[in-house]
Amino acid sequence: MGSVLVEGLGKAYKQYPNRWARLAEWIIPFSKPRHQLKWVLQQINFRIERGEALGIIGINGAGKSTLLKMITGTTQPTSGRIAIEGRVAALLELGMGFHGDFTGRQNVFMAGQLLGLGMEEIAGLMPAIESFAEIGDYMDQPVRTYSSGMQMRLAFSVATARRPDVLIVDEALSVGDAYFQHKSFDRIREFRKAGTTLLIVSHDRQAIQSICDRAILLDHGRLALEGAPEEVMDFYSAMLAEREQQTVRQERLDNGKVRTISGTGEAGFVDIALLNAQGQRVEVIETGAEVTLQVTVEAKVAVPRLVLGFMIKDRMGQAIYGINTHRLGRALERVEAGERVVYSFAFRAALGKGNYSIALSLSRFDSHLDTNYEWRDFALVFHVINIKQPDFVGCAWLDSNLTIERDATPELAAL
Amino acid sequence: MAFGLTRAVWNYRGFVVGSVKREFQTRYRNSLLGGAWMVLNPLAMIIVYTVIFSQLMKARLPGVDNGLAYGIYLCAGVLTWGFFSEILGRSQSVFLENANMIKKLSFPRICLPLIVVLNAGVNFAIIFALFLGFLAVTQNLPGWTLLGVVPVLLVQILFSIGLGIILGVLNVFFRDVGQFVGIFLQFWFWFTPIVYPLSILPEAVRPLVAWNPMTALISAYQTIFVYDRWPDWSSLWPVALAACVLCVLGMRLFRKRAGEMVDEL
Repeated sequence: MGSVLVEGLGKAYKQYPNRWARLAEWIIPFSKPRHQLKWVLQQINFRIERGEALGIIGINGAGKSTLLKMITGTTQPTSGRIAIEGRVAALLELGMGFHGDFTGRQNVFMAGQLLGLGMEEIAGLMPAIESFAEIGDYMDQPVRTYSSGMQMRLAFSVATARRPDVLIVDEALSVGDAYFQHKSFDRIREFRKAGTTLLIVSHDRQAIQSICDRAILLDHGRLALEGAPEEVMDFYSAMLAEREQQTVRQERLDNGKVRTISGTGEAGFVDIALLNAQGQRVEVIETGAEVTLQVTVEAKVAVPRLVLGFMIKDRMGQAIYGINTHRLGRALERVEAGERVVYSFAFRAALGKGNYSIALSLSRFDSHLDTNYEWRDFALVFHVINIKQPDFVGCAWLDSNLTIERDATPELAAL
Repeated sequence: MAFGLTRAVWNYRGFVVGSVKREFQTRYRNSLLGGAWMVLNPLAMIIVYTVIFSQLMKARLPGVDNGLAYGIYLCAGVLTWGFFSEILGRSQSVFLENANMIKKLSFPRICLPLIVVLNAGVNFAIIFALFLGFLAVTQNLPGWTLLGVVPVLLVQILFSIGLGIILGVLNVFFRDVGQFVGIFLQFWFWFTPIVYPLSILPEAVRPLVAWNPMTALISAYQTIFVYDRWPDWSSLWPVALAACVLCVLGMRLFRKRAGEMVDEL
């Protein structure tokens, strides 16, 4: 239960030259097809095992929604097949089928019926739905009086009232307040633990990398890449970065990770080093040590503006800290061809033990999405050990100060 | 295939029943009298047809002395025609009206025409019950022949479902169908002996009207209610056959085009 197999999947829409062509095709017997097929998705193959989580990434129009719609059964594939074992629930169109004039409770029944649940079943699930949604007395008010967040809460609670074998989540989930987002993600994680297979569409790096085991990248209706979430996400970011005169290449590193390098190449990295307080290159640093990230940059041609950014990521690929010279108010204007610039970022490595990587970007503005000279993931990998500090949990060393006040015991006071 | 479809509908029976209920609730939700309107509207219609036509305008049916006969004749035809045209008119647009849901949710699409039929059925049941009540009060209730209504109604429902699904699917691809049905239904109404008896038509036209499947159905109701006689079964067989053929065609068309329909909406 819960496995999803997608084989040679394709979707095409029929395009007729004019309105009459369809009629002609329908009623003239044995007539040749008068339509052209416009393929929006082609040759998609992947398999998800029970309990696995797959992220689907791609720009708008890459075919993500079409793929999900075919998996949920809303639209029929033109070619290929999908085999799903078990019950599918989709968090795609939350609140779809809600009717504003009816109360939340009545809408829960309707939405449940639309999911194919029976009245008694919904009635049985009602207390759980009510308590999860946490909308209080609004449950018996018409839905049109709800805020959009409240509608989301209720819709999510209904859609996930019963654990499905396969759960399909769209980024729509990022609606609602932070509290409920956490709560809904917790529920999704619980489902996963219980064996639910997960399909998530998102642009959010955090979401994909923290939940998914694997990711696929769709580009122009084709499966462009399948692999570890981090690797696919990096490739995606690079792909997003300005498309013209861009090269994107990925190298496999010794540690098995994949480094993605992209950019126009108008400016590039010459040397990257992490230095300790004595100015020596290090790969292993102590928690709390004063270190310097030294990056040497060379402009191949004259560039009007140069911004260097770095980001420290943990071994899961989650961003720990990132900053650039634009945000620091130190962007360089008019860098000449052949000019070398040495940047030194000195900081205290207030990090927990573990492996970290540094990604670097050279761009014209704040975001590398606009004129990306060079983007390099895994530019540097370092290891943090903790010898001097108390052994703490997590990757941020907040170095908390402890004070304890204790009342004098009565016996002592009596003395 | 048919079994799979039936099972899918059965699994979604909650949705079907819920939708039918909801439609009535929505209609009267914000009115003071609420459900009373469900009765008041058809009641007014029956009164207009019987009291006003028979008593005030003194319209008489040839060959029957009963003063109410024309009113009963009219109701027998108009009410059942109303049932027919409601199913047809609403099922031709049912896929278009629910485009949003069809595009975004996965559920057995065949539930939608079913909801239309059930909705129209409830409406008809109310108005028909009132009509029977009226007949009972005026002591014009037919005897055992009343049971003849059941098979005739079944044939009519089958006929309307088949035609309705065909039109509904076609309308998604060719929006002209919807416009055309509106016009066609008007002509069809006047081409069926509902407000006039068949006998007033010129001899030359009568065989033509006999080709109209609705003529056989409506005449059957009129025979039962006005003359208290069993309907002419032999005239109903061709209609029953046509109804079955339409249903099969409709289901085939629906099965073949259901997938494409989603892309077109």
